[in-house]
Amino acid sequence: MKRYFLGVFLALPLSAQAATPEQRGFQVYRQVCSTCHSLNHVTFADLSGIGLAVPDIKAYAASRQVPDGLDDDGDPKTRAAHPSDPIGSPYPNEAMARLANHGDLPPDFSRLAMTEEGGARRIETILRSYAPKPSDVVLAPGSYYNTAFAQNHIGMPPPLHDGQVTYADGTKATIPQMSHDVGAFLDWVAHPHREARSHTGLVVLIYLAGLGTLLALLKRRVWKRVKETRQ
Amino acid sequence: MSKPDNTPAGWLEARLPIISAFRREYVDFAMPRNLTYLWNFGAFATIALALLIVSGIFLALNYTPSVAEAFNSIETIDRHVSSGWLVRAIHMGGVSMLFAALYVHMARSLYYGSYKAPRELLWLTGLGLFILVMIAAFAGYILPWGQMSYWGATVVINAMNAVPLIGPALASWLLGGEGLGSVALHRIYVLHFVTAFSIIGVIVLHVAALHVVGSNNPTGVEPKTSADVVPFHPYYTTKDGLGLCLFLMVYAALIFFAPDLLTLANNYAMANPLVTPGDITPEWYFAPFYAILRAVPSKLGGLILTAGSLVVLFAVPWLDRSPVRSARYRPVLRWALLALFAAFIALGVAGMHKPTGLWLALSRISVAYYYAYFLILLPFLPRVEITRPEPATLRGEGA
Ligand code: HEM
Repeated sequence: MKRYFLGVFLALPLSAQAATPEQRGFQVYRQVCSTCHSLNHVTFADLSGIGLAVPDIKAYAASRQVPDGLDDDGDPKTRAAHPSDPIGSPYPNEAMARLANHGDLPPDFSRLAMTEEGGARRIETILRSYAPKPSDVVLAPGSYYNTAFAQNHIGMPPPLHDGQVTYADGTKATIPQMSHDVGAFLDWVAHPHREARSHTGLVVLIYLAGLGTLLALLKRRVWKRVKETRQ
Repeated sequence: MSKPDNTPAGWLEARLPIISAFRREYVDFAMPRNLTYLWNFGAFATIALALLIVSGIFLALNYTPSVAEAFNSIETIDRHVSSGWLVRAIHMGGVSMLFAALYVHMARSLYYGSYKAPRELLWLTGLGLFILVMIAAFAGYILPWGQMSYWGATVVINAMNAVPLIGPALASWLLGGEGLGSVALHRIYVLHFVTAFSIIGVIVLHVAALHVVGSNNPTGVEPKTSADVVPFHPYYTTKDGLGLCLFLMVYAALIFFAPDLLTLANNYAMANPLVTPGDITPEWYFAPFYAILRAVPSKLGGLILTAGSLVVLFAVPWLDRSPVRSARYRPVLRWALLALFAAFIALGVAGMHKPTGLWLALSRISVAYYYAYFLILLPFLPRVEITRPEPATLRGEGA
């Protein structure tokens, strides 16, 4: 977290609209990852947690269609998403998702930085570890060369290439930069209340430390009477 | 003692003497003057349980016990219900803090011989509490319907099915016949809060029994004169208060700064009956028992040893034949008991690892020693052990 704060600090004087890594990571998610990966438990409105403005949230939600029951003829209807809807999946169901991905299911992102061993760092490493396939390596269709894995392959085609997104804050969108930003975004997605958690924790601990000091003084005073009768 | 009927307190006193009862049991109550902070842990357990119940009620308002919705509803609590993350952290942290307090509480009782006459019922009601807490924790862990919830439950249900005669019937009674699905989840939810609330009732029995015989103390010698005792208030109210404050600080540090220690990350992936996790690891507080379960090549054998490790505890007041209570004055037992604690911790560590090679050997040695302690050392050691003299009074004892 500290690292990110520092990043924000350093970037501030450089650009009026400097974005945080989480915000840039969201931009990458929206333009790149979200074509395959869902965010089933995160709502559009939750994005205010990384400082996204309300109009932007509304516009993002409105750009997505979600199922809305059946119409009078019994045909499925859709409507534009509300900010309170989950960001959800690009696919209507799991079967379609598998069909589009050689039978694999692109994992949901809501807790990926938690369930993936190594967390956001690991995700960042995977994204940066695509390389041209050496000529002596044979890969099954739907497998891509990636040195982050023991077997050197992954089922996801290389999602990023240099300059793929145009960052609003002018940061150069290199693969390492985008990988890092996506990692930061996914880290926040998996631990959305981390800041509130440590703030609350600090206040609670300071309060208890104060209370504890007073209780220690009180206890010592009370027990002095017994100590005096001790032989 | 009784006040005139014309004051509200007097009016109440004549009808239901709770004020005087409270004064008798929690203000004037005579306590040995030499209790250490180890005697705080019963109060810690009580507070942890109270926090569990209160936070649990708020979780229940937002939780949906169905296979389709359970995982979602937990995510909603964690992300969208206001302060939901805090309530959930208090609940999840409370379980670890309760178990930690209970393990110290039990170790204290073993070390100072608090289970011996006349405190056998304290020990027995305590064990009843421990088993209820284990059932509640097991049931609770299934509720979020993550991968570990599902596969942990599967391990236990398979174990139940391995019990001869009653096992399969018991398992299908719990599951509702449909496998581990929504019907089972609903039953497990009910089991969770019913056991949680019955724990309160058993705590009342436990503490009532304590107030009949009074607290033991580090010497194991009963207080004889008024110089040996101090009133509960203000002495132990301040000592418990200070201890509680420290306990809450550890609790807070855990839930605010190390929440990932509270749960296995795997459990943030929704239950998937088709994908078995590489290794099914239990929560730390179940790890010693899981190690015993897996220390034996036979399923039934493992089950018998695991259940036996709890059953043997019920016999402890009668297995220990020594008239000396406190391990302070039993030079051999003292080391034997510290070795028992070490063996139990070793089981816990082994239970978090795959049962192969050294870990398996460690589990087997530890479980053998565990049984040897209770079945051989406790009954037979007193025949050979030369105990040290106990003090005649508590007067010179540390306060
Ligand atoms: C929810 C669980 C439990 C709660 C809330 C609880 C609460 C308490 C409290 C408040 C005390 C008095 C203070 C103290 O000595 O620490 C106590 C004493 C005692 N408890 Fe527990 N207890 C629990 C579980 C157990 C268990 C699992 C055992 C043992 C198997 C146990 C055995 C005892 C004994 C022997 C004493 C008397 C100790 C002495 O005076 O030296 N309790 N308990």
